[in-house]
Amino acid sequence: MISETNVLNPHKWVATYADYLYMYAIVRINDEDLAKDLVQETFLAALERVDRFEGRSTERTWLTAILKNKIIDVYRKKSSGLAIAAANKATQEQDEFFDEGNGHWKPEYAPQPIAGMDEQDPLLKKELNKILQLCLQKLPALWNAVFTMKHIDDAATEHICTELHVTQANFWVIIHRAKVNLRACLQKNWN
Amino acid sequence: MSYLKKVIYNCKQATFLIEKKQLKRLSFREEIELRIHLAGCGMCVLYNKQSRIINNMVKQLFHDSLKNELKLDEDFKAELQAKIEEGLGNN
Repeated sequence: MISETNVLNPHKWVATYADYLYMYAIVRINDEDLAKDLVQETFLAALERVDRFEGRSTERTWLTAILKNKIIDVYRKKSSGLAIAAANKATQEQDEFFDEGNGHWKPEYAPQPIAGMDEQDPLLKKELNKILQLCLQKLPALWNAVFTMKHIDDAATEHICTELHVTQANFWVIIHRAKVNLRACLQKNWN
Repeated sequence: MSYLKKVIYNCKQATFLIEKKQLKRLSFREEIELRIHLAGCGMCVLYNKQSRIINNMVKQLFHDSLKNELKLDEDFKAELQAKIEEGLGNN
C-alpha cells in the first residue's frame, strides 16, 4: 500500500469523482443545480491548487475536503444575518413544546410511541424515512446546517461554531431544538 | 426539595441533557440530574429512545443516498472535463 493513489490525475477527475461529489453535495444541500455548480467549482478550485497537493491524503479525500468548504460557504450564506435572529428565536420558542412554568411536556406534544420505529418492516421504514426527509427540510437553514454538520459529518463543535458564527450556548440550544422539532414532526405526520 | 422537584419535573432540561449526552460527556451533576429525571419520567425515557433512533435513521439516510442512482448527465461531465483540460493547458 505505497501511496500510489496519492497522486493527482486531473484528466480522470470527472470520470472518477464527479458522481460521487455530486451525491455528496446533494445530500447536504438538497438542490440539484447548486450541487452541480459546487462540483464544477470544486474541480476548478482543485486545479488551481494542484501545486499545493502534498500527497498526504488520497485524491478523493482531497477533493471532498475542497467541496466540504464550499458547502459550508453555502450554509453560511443561507443563514447569515438570519443566524442571530434564528438562534434567538430558538431560545425564545422553547415553550412551544414545554410548559413555561415547570418545563413539563405540553400534553399535545408529549412523546408517543411511533410505530415503524421499532418495527423491522422495510416498507414502514421506507415510509418513515420519507417523512424524516421532509421534516429535515422543514428545519430553519441554520439548524439544518448545524444538525447536518454534527450528525452527518461528525464535525467538532468548535469548528461548527466558528464556521457558522454561533456561540457554544446557542449551538446546544439549536441541537436540542432541531431534534425536538424533528421528533414532533415525525409523530405528527406518521400517525 | 424545590431543587429536586425542579429536576424531576423539568422535561425541557432533561431533553436538553439527552441531546447533549449523545454528543459529549455530561458533567457529573448533569448526569445525576438526568438519571433522577429519567427514573420518574416515562415520556422522556421514550424521547431518549426515539431521539437515538432518529440519529441512526438520519445517518442511514445520508449513507443510503450516497449509493443511490442520481448521476450527473454525460454532457455536463464532458463540458466539465473540457474545462479542466483547458485549465491544464494554460499551466
